Amino acid sequence: MIFATVGSQEPFDRLIRAVDEWAVLHGRSDVFAQIGDSTYCPEHIKFTKFLEPSEYNRVIHEASVVVAHAGMGSIISALEIGKPVVVMPRRGALRETRNDHQVATAERFGVRGRVIVAQDEQELAEKLDYALTLGTMDRVNPEASPRLIATIRAFLDGELGEQESLISLGKLEPHAIRSAPASLAAFRARKA
Amino acid sequence: MSLKEKQKGVKPLRILAVASSGGHWVQLRRVMPAFEESDVAYVTVMESYRSEVPNNRFYSVNDATRWSKRGLIVLAMQLAWIIAKERPSVIVSTGAAPGYFAIVLGRLFGARTIWIDSMANIENLSMSGARVGRYADLWLTQWPHLAKSEGPHYAGGVL
Repeated sequence: MIFATVGSQEPFDRLIRAVDEWAVLHGRSDVFAQIGDSTYCPEHIKFTKFLEPSEYNRVIHEASVVVAHAGMGSIISALEIGKPVVVMPRRGALRETRNDHQVATAERFGVRGRVIVAQDEQELAEKLDYALTLGTMDRVNPEASPRLIATIRAFLDGELGEQESLISLGKLEPHAIRSAPASLAAFRARKA
Repeated sequence: MSLKEKQKGVKPLRILAVASSGGHWVQLRRVMPAFEESDVAYVTVMESYRSEVPNNRFYSVNDATRWSKRGLIVLAMQLAWIIAKERPSVIVSTGAAPGYFAIVLGRLFGARTIWIDSMANIENLSMSGARVGRYADLWLTQWPHLAKSEGPHYAGGVL
């Protein structure tokens, strides 16, 4: 099964239409899409406007490939369960979102090899064919980076007021805390 | 006595964690392990997310963006009510508009605040992320190249 999602908010007709046309061309009847506010009405694939979290989970687990806009929610949920994900970024110039931030997201994640990037509809069809040859991939750890978790914990514990201790513990680099350079200098002076 | 010692054997830290839907919520989910020993209430814009945090208090608020002034006023009033009721010690947000208001209002109630700007903001901070800086005690970006000495700071990412 192939799961296409454009999030639950702004329309993204270009992606839905491309997947719909791809499905016809390949005679695939096992494509399901969450189309959000898209106005294009798919003729060949099954679709819904919005999936509740439990349904979303079920559908994405069943999918062998995920096709999505380059939104963090779609990307992260595919990576967390190890599904190959093809993304096509929304374009600001086409008013698909407010600016080109999805182009930047696609570029970053594409370079890291974490997602397959399609720049336009034509590429989307090609990359989708390729993604179907991949099978399941490694799942990313479900937690944020240890450093971010440690930083939040330190803040919750009230340690972050004592910036020097965090820096000296190596939990944070000096530039990672507000006004850290000044307090680090003071800390070093006190130590000396 | 450190804050940690004060809290030992006493009530767990009260946290209010705020995120809008989609990517903001998914990113908040990934930092939840940091809240393990705390008493967390979640605020988002989708009632259906309640099932994702069945053991926590949960509020859904108006899904307003910067384009709707009226929507923002309703949202701010809802958040003020939630914060007055919850009295959190710490407010954490991964964006967007609901998190901005929660942090600004939270400061008035004496909460300490954390802003984690969305990973989607690679070239610039989000609009709310840039404006929230002066209200956030811990002001973070997930991209090293956006970090500045006066903040936002980089301390790893959700991925």
